[in-house]
Amino acid sequence: MEQLIQFAISALSLGGTYALLALGLATVFGLLGFLNFAHGDLMTICGYSIYFLLAAGVSFFIAAPIAILVAGLAAVLMERIAFRPLRGRSPMSLLITSFAISLALHVCFQIFISPKSKPIPIPDVFSGYLTFGEVYVSKAQIISIIVSILALILLSAFMTKTRIGIALRASASDFTVARAMGIKANQMIMLAFAISGVLAGIAAVMWIAQRGAVSPAMGQGPMIKALIAVIIGGLSHPRGALYGGFILGTLEAIFLYILPDSWVLYRDAMVLVILISFLMVRPNGIVAPSTEPMR
Amino acid sequence: MANLLDVVDIEVAYGPIKAVKRISFYVRAGELVTIIGANGAGKTSTLNAIMGLEPLAHGSIRYKGADLGKIPVEKRAVLGMGVSPEGRRIFGDLTVRENLIAGGITLSSSLCLDRIESVVGRFPILAERIQQTAGTLSGGEQQMLAIARALMIAPEFLILDEPSLGLAPKIVSQVFELIHQLNQEGMTVLLVEQNVRKSLAIADRAYVMELGNIVREGSAEDMSSDQKIHESYLGAA
Repeated sequence: MEQLIQFAISALSLGGTYALLALGLATVFGLLGFLNFAHGDLMTICGYSIYFLLAAGVSFFIAAPIAILVAGLAAVLMERIAFRPLRGRSPMSLLITSFAISLALHVCFQIFISPKSKPIPIPDVFSGYLTFGEVYVSKAQIISIIVSILALILLSAFMTKTRIGIALRASASDFTVARAMGIKANQMIMLAFAISGVLAGIAAVMWIAQRGAVSPAMGQGPMIKALIAVIIGGLSHPRGALYGGFILGTLEAIFLYILPDSWVLYRDAMVLVILISFLMVRPNGIVAPSTEPMR
Repeated sequence: MANLLDVVDIEVAYGPIKAVKRISFYVRAGELVTIIGANGAGKTSTLNAIMGLEPLAHGSIRYKGADLGKIPVEKRAVLGMGVSPEGRRIFGDLTVRENLIAGGITLSSSLCLDRIESVVGRFPILAERIQQTAGTLSGGEQQMLAIARALMIAPEFLILDEPSLGLAPKIVSQVFELIHQLNQEGMTVLLVEQNVRKSLAIADRAYVMELGNIVREGSAEDMSSDQKIHESYLGAA
């Protein structure tokens, strides 16, 4: 029983983080039709922002929200500087640009900060375990589940209850027609990037709270996972990213529990084998597309 | 009387292919003008040029005297231009209500809610389905929604692209009746259609397009009694 609860907690905590990242990727994809490979670096930017804010003596609980906003702002700047000049080009050009941004940022982190990982002191709230009878669960994991679920609820409320959220969904559904209705393209694209950055920032805080360090490559691992999540989930609808994130988290947690210790090393490989077999059966992902994204 | 829309010598090209070859036409305030023609005649390209979705290779389009070439797509709604595009293109993942909100995005939020009330009053079927996902509506209902969405801004000038396409005959009649009614209420309408008979029945004037050119123009009444139009578009009389 306790194993099962611990397993569920791991699955939800990993899944929540992947889902946040995957949703960010899907939000931008919905408007511009490309996967932003620099998405993971937004996590890293958030991580370094926390690192420097803490070094300046700011408390973690103030540093984290500021760093999340910095990630959102960085995403908007990324669009403004690198993607907007390419507006109207093929999604392939945007994709390759995003690779370039990711590489450039990575090198900047290495040169201007440090190629080594930097420790981030995590407040006590995140460390230690909660005990429920026989069951021990990590506090950081519980907090990460609560935060990601809250973020998902807030995002969903924003997307369905506010006019600007509805406009963003309309744009993702048919950008050309949305513009003809008077929905401003630049505003929507900026909003999509801001949302993706903030979500990446939240994921970064959760990630760091469980690991206590930031390095130039911090965002790459989770970024690849988010990519896998959106691909299994299907890119046509944000729901797909959500499902994909949680399925991936669950698969990883399953392997963590069933594999003997000497095999844990191969966990990712095994997850990927399952995903490849899944894609052979359902190449469009769980939520299959009804229409091609418009640009 | 000044024209609401002046299309002067426009050309729309896709690479080397000229879909619209230097055509000119106008729409006066309060008129219902129809552009008829077969598939591939350049009708939709003409409308896309008016909406700013296709760049002009030549010529100019003036709306209320302002040069539309210099005005981005997003500003059309503020100028009072509403559009129901070809193939309906409703926002399928959104509910009926959200589609209408998106259509009224340029309005203040209180006015937008008022407009939903009044637009839905015209389409009782949409009132019933207001919370339903638009993609699950029938073709006729989706067409009603596409028109309703365009009506959200209470446009002065309504552009309708093939509103009867793919609809059951009974629904087609309803759609034409609605367009006629909107025009009677004072709305200027530019209607692109393949259903020539029904379009001519409600239009004031008509243009006939063939292979990117306007080959005929005149009052709808004259055209509907014209032998050549009958032979080409209405089947042998």
